[in-house]
Amino acid sequence: MSHLIIAPVILPAVIGPLIILWMRNDLMLQRVFSIAGTALLAGVAIYLNALAMGGDVHVYRLGNWAAPFGIVLMLDRLSALMLLLTAVLALAVQLYAVGSGWDRKGRHFHALWQFQLMGICGAFLTGDAFNLFVFFEVLLIASYGLMIHGGGGMRLRAGVQYIAYNLAGSTLFLAALGVLYSVTGTLNMADMALRVAAMPAEDTALLRTGAVLLMLVFAVKAALVPLHFWLPSTYANAPGPVAALFAIMTKVGVYGIIRFFTLVFPQDAVIEGVVADLLLPAALFTLAIGQIGILGTRHLGRLAAFAAIGSIGTLMIAVAQFNPQGTAAAVYYMIHSTLAAGALFLIMDMIGARRGDLWLRLEQVMPGNGLVAALYFIAAIAVAGMPPLSGFIGKLLVMQATRPAPGMVWIWATILITSLIAIYALARAGSIVFWKSYELGPAPVPAPPAATGPKLEPDEPIQDLGDAPANWLAVASVLLLLSGIVALTALAGPALRLAEATAAQLHNPDAYVSSVLEAQEGTK
Amino acid sequence: MELLLSGAIGMLTAAGVYLILRLRTFAVVLGMTMLSYAINLFLFATGRLVVNAPPILNEAGGPYTDPLPQALVLTAIVISFGMTAVVVMMALGAFLEGGDDRVDMPRADRLPPAPQSQDGDV
Repeated sequence: MSHLIIAPVILPAVIGPLIILWMRNDLMLQRVFSIAGTALLAGVAIYLNALAMGGDVHVYRLGNWAAPFGIVLMLDRLSALMLLLTAVLALAVQLYAVGSGWDRKGRHFHALWQFQLMGICGAFLTGDAFNLFVFFEVLLIASYGLMIHGGGGMRLRAGVQYIAYNLAGSTLFLAALGVLYSVTGTLNMADMALRVAAMPAEDTALLRTGAVLLMLVFAVKAALVPLHFWLPSTYANAPGPVAALFAIMTKVGVYGIIRFFTLVFPQDAVIEGVVADLLLPAALFTLAIGQIGILGTRHLGRLAAFAAIGSIGTLMIAVAQFNPQGTAAAVYYMIHSTLAAGALFLIMDMIGARRGDLWLRLEQVMPGNGLVAALYFIAAIAVAGMPPLSGFIGKLLVMQATRPAPGMVWIWATILITSLIAIYALARAGSIVFWKSYELGPAPVPAPPAATGPKLEPDEPIQDLGDAPANWLAVASVLLLLSGIVALTALAGPALRLAEATAAQLHNPDAYVSSVLEAQEGTK
Repeated sequence: MELLLSGAIGMLTAAGVYLILRLRTFAVVLGMTMLSYAINLFLFATGRLVVNAPPILNEAGGPYTDPLPQALVLTAIVISFGMTAVVVMMALGAFLEGGDDRVDMPRADRLPPAPQSQDGDV
């Protein structure tokens, strides 16, 4: 039992309060500690991946209490992979937040950032259903603070909607947990899996209710149509780096669905495909509405938000297969879509910083047009799923996984047609923003920004370029995310083998269950 | 007692759902509160309803109530209380910045301001 398993929760939980209590008024110190903390988190995540790679499920018993009674943290391949993805995304986006000056638009950015990481890492690690709810609340309450970072009327209004929607989701989560507890009498996920498997088939009405309620909760987090309404305004109004970090938050919902419906409710046992029958059409509609939304919107932030919805649709199609091949495709596409969505949100923020707004319309050529256009070009290829980047490979894997499925024609038609729509929409947006602006003639020389000290008061919602202390850092962090996508493409073979090993582990939950409940060293 | 409790939970839930579908933040906050009360009672009932029994096993093996839901309710109360405080602060902020307390997003969230877009086309 390695104590480092709990480090991804402890580390941000220590650094966050440190930042609030000791470095409240020193932004540079906050930046150093916060980035060092996230980098350390990435190091721990790499170590945990090496640990999980062996194929064992590692259990961390909090307080060394025996399993169904105490809370356990679980480390298997999927959670290790998600931890690493979270840490890499958070590190890159945090560098962007520092480089673009977003972190000084309001107070406590770095502290909230650490609490957000604590919640996300905890949600990926925990093996207890109620503990999962608590970590969801931790990440949500930090995200409320981050979402309204910098202030502004529209952002606050979007924040109220976001909170209201997620509070309703949280009550639903509690209801689902209550139903499951009343039927199974346990909250430990491994123990619950055993009790569900032992339950006679005619007694499962309440259990099915609980399972579907739980799926709805995760679908709210993942922004699955028709539960996606909170996402576009939230992501479009959130600060760019925060929206980029939120790219992992929708994946927490996807993770929850994968975890619960492979471990607790294995497909062929009790739930009898009820969930798969609901999930697949929802995924197809999500994909279609996301990609049509890219075409329909007139705001670049909403464009990126709808692209994120579309990628969740593709992901859910793979998840809804509930077989090892589908899950492997989902794991690969999850890594890709997180990096791609994060990069796209950052690039949109770069455009906003240079143009002053994010409306999709003709404006003067912005400074640094060529660089941003090149970055957008790469990210758009990745998001649309065109060759040669990993989006193409990911979609190919999803289509391959759905080939034996009964509704194969519909799934393939939806994926292919919506890909075409996305390519057209992203190309149109790029040409309006980057190319057609030359028709308006050269940009007027911008007035030199007034040299002022660090501003701590929230002012205008979008960062202006002159205020950015280190633009190179912002560009470098976007390049870091894009190079992650390139690496995922170049190393597609090893990555796919890893995804397949992860899926094989997920679809063989006996090892997970027995490592929690049976091999209990050190307890009596 | 079961009928009374389930009736109360149902009434609270219905009122809560009705209120969170309203257009003003105050009603929505009240609805959230009612909904979380309903859920707290519901969680309490998931351990089955037993009257006059301690929440712990005793040597005599007499009747006991399930202590776990009580711990869950305690956690849920704390969390929902904190969340309600957050949403009240946020709604106040939005009201002070935006001038009204409507929950839905205005048109300006989705569409560019009309006069400026004509300027941009010139």
